[in-house]
Amino acid sequence: MIDKTKELERWAQLLRYDVVRMISNAGSGHPGGCLSAADIITCLYFKEMNIRPEEPDWPDRDRFILSKGHACPVLYAALARRGVFPVKKLKTLRKAGSFLQGHPEIHTSGIDMTSGCLGQGLSVGAGMAVAAKIDRKFYRTYVMLGCGEMNEGQVWESVMCASHFKLDNLLAIVDYNRLQFDGSVDEVLSPGSMVKRWKGFNWNVIEIDGHNINEILPAFEKARNTKEVPTVIIANTIKGKGVSFMENDYLWHSLMDRDKLAEKCKQMKKDMENADSFYAKRLW
Amino acid sequence: MYKLGDSIPTRNAYGDTLVELGRKNDQIVVFEADIGKSTRSAIFGKEFPERYFNIGVAEQNEMAIAAGAASCGKIVFVSTYAVFASMRACEQVRTFVAYPHVNVKICVSHGGITPANDGVTHQATEDLGIMRTIPGMTVIMPADAVSTRELVIAATQWDGPIYLRLTRDGVPVIYNEETSFKIGKGILLREGKDITIIAIGDMVSKALDARDILSKQGILAEVIDMHTIKPLDESIILDSVRKTGGVVTVEDHQVECGLGSAVSEFLGENYPIPIQRIGLRNTFAESGEYELLLKKYKMSVDDIISGCFKVVGRKKKKR
Amino acid sequence: MVDTINKNLVSFLEEKATELRINILKMIHAAQSGHPGGALSAAEIITTLYCHEMRINLDNQRDPDRDRFILSKGHACPVLYSVLAMKGFFPIEELATLRKINSRLQGHPDMKKTPGVDFTTGSLGNGLSIGIGMALMGKLDKKDFRVYVMLGCGELDEGIVWEAFMAGTKFKLDNLVVIIDYNKLQLDGDNDEVMPLEPIVDKLEAFNWNVIRTNGHDFNQIIKAFAKARETHNKPTVIVADTIKGKGVSFMENKVDWHGLAPDDEQLKIALEEIRGS
Ligand SMILES: Cc1ncc(C[n+]2csc(CCOP(=O)(O)OP(=O)(O)O)c2C)c(N)n1
Ligand SMILES: Cc1ncc(C[n+]2csc(CCOP(=O)(O)OP(=O)(O)O)c2C)c(N)n1
Ligand SMILES: [Mg+2]
Repeated sequence: MIDKTKELERWAQLLRYDVVRMISNAGSGHPGGCLSAADIITCLYFKEMNIRPEEPDWPDRDRFILSKGHACPVLYAALARRGVFPVKKLKTLRKAGSFLQGHPEIHTSGIDMTSGCLGQGLSVGAGMAVAAKIDRKFYRTYVMLGCGEMNEGQVWESVMCASHFKLDNLLAIVDYNRLQFDGSVDEVLSPGSMVKRWKGFNWNVIEIDGHNINEILPAFEKARNTKEVPTVIIANTIKGKGVSFMENDYLWHSLMDRDKLAEKCKQMKKDMENADSFYAKRLW
Repeated sequence: MYKLGDSIPTRNAYGDTLVELGRKNDQIVVFEADIGKSTRSAIFGKEFPERYFNIGVAEQNEMAIAAGAASCGKIVFVSTYAVFASMRACEQVRTFVAYPHVNVKICVSHGGITPANDGVTHQATEDLGIMRTIPGMTVIMPADAVSTRELVIAATQWDGPIYLRLTRDGVPVIYNEETSFKIGKGILLREGKDITIIAIGDMVSKALDARDILSKQGILAEVIDMHTIKPLDESIILDSVRKTGGVVTVEDHQVECGLGSAVSEFLGENYPIPIQRIGLRNTFAESGEYELLLKKYKMSVDDIISGCFKVVGRKKKKR
Repeated sequence: MVDTINKNLVSFLEEKATELRINILKMIHAAQSGHPGGALSAAEIITTLYCHEMRINLDNQRDPDRDRFILSKGHACPVLYSVLAMKGFFPIEELATLRKINSRLQGHPDMKKTPGVDFTTGSLGNGLSIGIGMALMGKLDKKDFRVYVMLGCGELDEGIVWEAFMAGTKFKLDNLVVIIDYNKLQLDGDNDEVMPLEPIVDKLEAFNWNVIRTNGHDFNQIIKAFAKARETHNKPTVIVADTIKGKGVSFMENKVDWHGLAPDDEQLKIALEEIRGS
């Protein structure tokens, strides 16, 4: 377990680097919400989810929907690092003709559903989970939501229906970084207790530190073992996690200062090269 | 305030104008859906926090709240992105804003493909059509910062709902401050005799560029800024086409249901002549640089020019 | 706080509610279309609002200081039209024109056509947001009017309702009261089949509202609930009113088929007898 944790931490760090590199390269994008999600995405793609990188459309694969689609760079990085497409493609983020669109597109290898307009991913995920039940398949569906995204009423429509249909093959993960676009969740639209709300809609709720791999993996396992009700993981995270000047700063929701980010990217690369041969051969 | 030729996103002019209006009129209130920093409504919020309401990422709620507020006699501005106002909150616009005909001014950023890098989920390329089919809606897209300011001011004096679409990225200032703007009255920007180019929003400056090139090739194009597509300024179209006998429409939108449709419908019923519509043709765009996207999707200056040649050719055949 | 409620008041309200039920059935019968079930379940609440709780001004119907009512479950409008006619917003005879061409009484409430209707509704889910807009403006203009919104229980399936619950909390709208007509039936069946709502009180409390549960056919309880709402500050109130769909007509009670069905001549006769007899 110790080794696995260490390894996952290294992948997460690499994804963080990829994100910083991609966004400074593209000149636009949303770094804050990528970095808060990096550890969870790593655990999903490098441990939890059953996928075949060489066969991204494998019908029995687990599904993942990044409902907070603006954080797609971290997802693209995970897909590339798992070998779904070449790492060098990450350079093309947001460029004309690239399959790495500004928000996720179902046509991209490894992307299970288009997203970017907030609030709709859990409905789509519920649809996939229902389909799995009908077909008696064992794949699971994972949906990551932003905390600001929880303002959208459609999220609550899908929350209500997932418990009605007893979708225990559906896992929602809230990246609870407590920031949204215009400020903190408390300023923008007082969230109250996230846990109480989900419980009120009859979900199994697990609250964790979303940067601690030793909490993330057991939560996934608990979810898998919970029957008859869907599970939500409320992952307490830090927006911008890993880049000191971005941490907890809502202004870094989107790219605020390209030069500063490029500078940071160079420095990260140097530090990581020196730290570990694991990184050295994988940096770009 | 805005210098000719400067590149300014019209959303910036919107934010500045809101503040200016807020100072003069305490009946103005603004609703936002957690993108105030981007739509620029936050500038208003900073100066008038008590009249600024951030509803969170909940556009349908935002729109219906605005309708309720307007029924209490306020002049209500609603800010979000064009895709979300026109589609996520479409029913609220139609049934609770337009049908009761309340004073809600829906001013939305990220019109057309101007949020170029963000990709399809953030690009509004059907919104003008959706809004135009709603009875009693007024549908506007200003071409630059100067006209944005004027039209936003005019919106506060207009009775009833308005959908006013803004750009994410910079567009060149083409007007000086003397020009006067009226909702529903197009602007004759350049006179010509061979063809009429009718454009809207970010495509107006492209139409002007096309005209410059065309004139070197012996074609004199008349250029109209049709900032309001509903109600449509029919007389400016008729006056022009009686002279030129052919039209090219240019819009950052699907060719269906938007400016091109509005002009074609009017001319088809009243004065049939050759017409060519420039815009997206039954396709979504994608992420990429704005200018590259215009090229790829056949909405560039070159495409306007070839559209003009086509129409001029058809005019000759007809004769 | 009202501890003892005037007996006369209650019997007055009971009389009015009976009158409403009679008018509801007659007008839906005359139109041969409409939604009796959800109109009948709301009769006591609507009566209490218009005959006791709300400040209305017949001399100036659009008085900016009036209390507002939004029937978010707009399909139940016969109950609203009946009470408005009873209060004198328009002649009682006009009720017979429901859903007919050129009538001021549209199939769903229309603020531009019908005197006394504060906002257009009919597409479910939207009324609370509209009410929030009004309550916010009341606060902004330092006016003391109150805003009342009635939701159906099936209506809570709509996400926009939950968006609105969040906003109500954020803006601390203690001038806003929501009443949920909790008759446990919607169009296709009961809530539990279509989309369960329980634990409804937990849900609403999790959205930080002041929640009051009452019997929606008991005037004493309804009156008290509204009084409690007035005493609550910095928080909006939601009254979860347990009701019976089709209340008052035995063959309509708790029958989903009567959600949107008009009685024929014979059925009307029996129904009116039952209501008058009670
Ligand atoms: C329907 C919709 N409305 C608005 C936006 C613009 N938007 C993009 S990100 C964002 C804030 C999201 O906050 P949160 O869900 O907390 O994401 P995170 O903090 O994880 O990045 C907003 C409002 C959008 N993408 N979709
Ligand atoms: C947005 C919307 N969807 C569907 C309908 C059709 N519809 C009318 S009434 C109704 C059921 C409403 O149930 P509930 O809110 O419980 O009303 P009540 O039982 O009080 O009549 C439905 C689905 C509608 N009017 N609006
Ligand atoms: Mg967040």
